[in-house]
Amino acid sequence: MPMPYYVSPEQMMQDKAEYAKKGIAKGRSIIAMEYADGILLTADNPSASLHKVSEIYDSIAFAGAGKYSEFENLRKAGIRHADLKGFMYSREDVTGRSLANGYSQSLGTIFSQEIKPLEVEILVVQVGVNGHPNEIYRISFDGSIIDEKNFAVIGGKADAVQAVLKEKSSGQAPALESALRLCISALEQTANLILPPEGLEVAVLDRNRAGRKFRRLPVDDIHRLLSA
Amino acid sequence: MKLPYLPNHDDSSFFDFLAKHHPGLTLSGAGATGRPAALDQARAGGPMAVPHATTVLAIKYRDGVVIAGDRRATEGFQIADRRIEKVFKIDQWSAMAIAGAAGPCIEMAKLFQTELEHYEKLEGMPLSCEGKANKLGQMVKANLPMVFHGLVVMPLYVGYDVKRAEGRIFKYDITGGRYEESDYHAIGSGGKDARNTMREHFQKNLSEPDALKLALTSLYNAADDDVGTGGPDLVRGIYPTAKFVTGQGIADVPDEKIRSVYDAMIAARRSRET
Repeated sequence: MPMPYYVSPEQMMQDKAEYAKKGIAKGRSIIAMEYADGILLTADNPSASLHKVSEIYDSIAFAGAGKYSEFENLRKAGIRHADLKGFMYSREDVTGRSLANGYSQSLGTIFSQEIKPLEVEILVVQVGVNGHPNEIYRISFDGSIIDEKNFAVIGGKADAVQAVLKEKSSGQAPALESALRLCISALEQTANLILPPEGLEVAVLDRNRAGRKFRRLPVDDIHRLLSA
Repeated sequence: MKLPYLPNHDDSSFFDFLAKHHPGLTLSGAGATGRPAALDQARAGGPMAVPHATTVLAIKYRDGVVIAGDRRATEGFQIADRRIEKVFKIDQWSAMAIAGAAGPCIEMAKLFQTELEHYEKLEGMPLSCEGKANKLGQMVKANLPMVFHGLVVMPLYVGYDVKRAEGRIFKYDITGGRYEESDYHAIGSGGKDARNTMREHFQKNLSEPDALKLALTSLYNAADDDVGTGGPDLVRGIYPTAKFVTGQGIADVPDEKIRSVYDAMIAARRSRET
């Protein structure tokens, strides 16, 4: 019987992690930021139809960075998970936490068992209503899950964007206009180019909306907000 | 790609997803073995005693469609519920009203709501009006096995077709056949009585108050002639419900508005009797 080459588990994990990180860093960044009325999602995305940010359920949204086909599959699985739960029980029983857990389990299992890990990093955000706080979960390719406050960044030069935001944010939830300006300037500063509103994908989870809180901001709205 | 711990499926239909992965949750309960047999036994003891919902109707008017229903559910010769809601908002541009066995009817409405929202989120755009109507037909067809056990679900679907800029009405048969109505329609035990009233008074391009008045009058006349249909309950203050489906989206007609229409109508009819 031929013996497979021995690779230490440590080495294997390290190689996989490096591979996944490289894939994710190739893309562009996405920021989720808490603002006065909810959560703002801003993505550097020149495509108007291939979305990186999407609605999952009433108060839950999803953002994915890395390989499109892979996070698109995760997004769809998340919508199925949420719709099934809402149908079986009740709309209020669908939570971002349970969805983030599901993603974490899936990504963790794939990372340790498959040859190729998923080259994705995702955000699950839930806007808090009736006095509940917002929830922002950042989930990495290996299934590790981090509960973020104020803002979270995934994809591209995430660390650099994070550093810029940390420096500029006051810790208080800003108004929508200033939150959007802050996100755009952080993205521009790290990408070293000017981002026109046409090259942005912007959406909000607005807690003041009835029912489904997710809304995409069309280019006109972005122009209006930036000139305000 | 297989994702452990999360449900996996390839197309955008929530209904198909349920049928494949959670068959016990679908309308016909296919796969939930034993349920049809139990129903057979129940049937051997006479007609099944489940609440039935009755008359609902829809009328096209200038801005869209008005859809309305009475509030009574009957169980044999008993009243099962005086306040049942038979008109459901399905999404921003459509509503459906139901007649038949109340439990499966409400379940179908809920499943249809989830189906349309699910599709919209997965595909990034809503289904067309025609697509929604066809999908509902498939769901009625999937319920066919239950029809033989006496659990009929009969929907009446109205939608505002954003592309054509007009309201549309669809009726169904138990096999899932889908037929578009050009002006108005009513289904349920008092459907024929309601249709008689609408046939006499319907005009193209009615105004919104006139369309609402015609809808409520038709329900009143249906309740007059049909034991299964409930009229306005003046003592308890229970009135039929109605919704407008227009280019601005869907809107509930407030109770006070319905009440004032009935107050005027009842006063007019009372004056005839003296």
